[in-house]
Amino acid sequence: MREITYKEAIREAMIEKMREDEKVFLMGEDIGVYGGAFGVSMGMLKEFGPWRILETPMSEAAFTGVGVGAAIMGMRPIVEIMFADFLTFSADQLVNQAAKLRYMTGGQVKIPLVIRAPQGSGTGAAAQHSQNVEAWFFNIPGIKIVVPSNPYNAKGLLKSAIEDDNPVLFLEHKLLYNKKGKIPEDDYRVPLGQPHIEKEGDDITIVTTSIMTYRAIEAAKKLEEEGISVEIIDLLTIKPLNTEIIEKSVKKTHRLLVVYEGCLTGGIGGEIIAKIAESNAFLYLDAPMFRLGGKDVPIPYNKNLERAAVPQIEDIIKKVRFIVKGDWYA
Amino acid sequence: MLTRDEKLAMLEKMLLIRAFEEKAEKLFMRNLVHGTMHLSVGEEAIPVGAIFAIKSTDYITSTHRGHGHMIAKGGDLKKMFAEFLGKDTGYCHGRGGSMHIADFGLRNLGATGIVGAGIPIATGAALALKMQNKSDVVLAFFGDGAANEGVFFESLNMATIWKLPEIFLCENNQYAMSSPVKRFVPTPNISDRASAFGIPGISIDGMDVIAVYETVKAAAERARSGKGPTLIEAKTYRFKGHSKSDKNLYRTKEEIEEWKKKDPITTFAARLMEIGDLQQNEFENMKEKVNAIIEEAVKFAIDSPEPDPKTVEKFVYADEKEN
Ligand SMILES: Cc1ncc(C[n+]2csc(CCOP(=O)(O)OP(=O)(O)O)c2C)c(N)n1
Ligand SMILES: [Mg+2]
Repeated sequence: MREITYKEAIREAMIEKMREDEKVFLMGEDIGVYGGAFGVSMGMLKEFGPWRILETPMSEAAFTGVGVGAAIMGMRPIVEIMFADFLTFSADQLVNQAAKLRYMTGGQVKIPLVIRAPQGSGTGAAAQHSQNVEAWFFNIPGIKIVVPSNPYNAKGLLKSAIEDDNPVLFLEHKLLYNKKGKIPEDDYRVPLGQPHIEKEGDDITIVTTSIMTYRAIEAAKKLEEEGISVEIIDLLTIKPLNTEIIEKSVKKTHRLLVVYEGCLTGGIGGEIIAKIAESNAFLYLDAPMFRLGGKDVPIPYNKNLERAAVPQIEDIIKKVRFIVKGDWYA
Repeated sequence: MLTRDEKLAMLEKMLLIRAFEEKAEKLFMRNLVHGTMHLSVGEEAIPVGAIFAIKSTDYITSTHRGHGHMIAKGGDLKKMFAEFLGKDTGYCHGRGGSMHIADFGLRNLGATGIVGAGIPIATGAALALKMQNKSDVVLAFFGDGAANEGVFFESLNMATIWKLPEIFLCENNQYAMSSPVKRFVPTPNISDRASAFGIPGISIDGMDVIAVYETVKAAAERARSGKGPTLIEAKTYRFKGHSKSDKNLYRTKEEIEEWKKKDPITTFAARLMEIGDLQQNEFENMKEKVNAIIEEAVKFAIDSPEPDPKTVEKFVYADEKEN
């Protein structure tokens, strides 16, 4: 095992896949000498040259489509969108083209495209550079959505995403880029569609994604001191949504909380809870299922406002205490 | 012809922008800023020349590198610094920060963080002015990077076919982040793109405040008289990094030094001295005056309260209750 950062893990996955497969290339803005806005591709230009680290003009709408076209032709493009917020410019190519081409043409084509984009708040970049966008694409069939939370799963999931024959939206978190974690020396994959039990516990299941996994782990430490045992399930893949592990967990803990950074309304929590409500795990519940999401506001600039806009460790603690205590409708 | 007073006012405005940017950087270095910023040091001649050339009743749209636009439009420096520091007294009550400073009262329709996204908004404002039979014009600022976004071409087309009162002003500072114009624009001038729409396209020295003034003045007249838009490219240079973090890996020290010789402020001051419109001591006094204004504004910002986190949901919808 060795210790690397989340950012390095993503870079390693790209480098190893690019060495192995000539069809893989990275495309995006300022990904050459600048290394991308967050330095993820730093140094890659030197090894792979300007055609495989292909710098684009500021033209997201078109170069996302260029990625789709190249993928149709058998290339395996990784398109980097500098901030997930700018996916609005890419949206047609992602939503109407990449996601639907295969289906519309009766299965004639595969679109092995990865779109990597950092999302999330906490950097003081305000409303147009801080959003969580997974819910925007959550109800688009044909796209897979992956949200890695640590260096180990970031590297393993990105390799799986590059090898996948479908468009995969790979949403990184800005605040995680410099987080360190252990990864194996040997080649490995983390499969898409498999949530991970981050921590076992008995009293409540918390489903998390991305940075919320860290916050839930911290919250769980505190709650454990109070005698509340928490199980944490890190989703890793948001779409297709696999709730099997969550169902099993809920049958054991009898309580469920879904924590996510994106806006509460229309977010992933509602869908997860609906699926559990429709499953027989529902019969095992000792409490209503709850969501803890971001407030329904654009992300504000001021640090305190920004903190208040998305779930923090103390919010998770409070919510769990509330759920476990029992007087939900008092 | 510009009067001496007008020219001195332009010089002072450029100094004010420079001082604002340098102070902003210092505050940033002192860790007083949570977030990012994009400084326009070296590019002051463009907002000043352009905004002196339009009427105060005309409109602008701004960009992520927008401090200069706001100051040239008459922005309140106290509210600007307060916003930069995320204070409740700031232009956006701490919601927007450096990148989103706007003053709709002063007819600055906002600064966007989505590069290129301000251009169609300017076109829409120009459309509304036409529909309302108003004689105001809209001046859209955008960068060389933005000129590669689809919305730029699409907006230019609409403004042209509808003969809208709009001025497209491209601040070509040679780079979009690390991407050199030389590599990402295939023709010598961004203004060459105007020919595809059959409208005037003009490239000028964006370090020359008078050249900017005269060109924008002519474009404003054209727009106001119903003849439609003009595409102006003002060539300039960004003296500082792209944003808070920038190691200048994509350009050379020599190149930066070469451009610094064309500093729009020192060259303009020298010209004014040459023709006897400005004395050295007047220039020094002007700088002192500007610094005093900046210090006062910063003090106001630092002493101002933070917004209350309980109000985080305020301003989402227009139909909210006043509390
Ligand atoms: C749609 C979009 N893509 C990318 C970015 C990231 N970004 C911010 S500023 C910038 C460069 C903009 O270049 P230009 O338009 O020339 O303006 P300048 O920064 O040089 O003033 C980039 C790539 C963004 N904010 N919006
Ligand atoms: Mg530029």
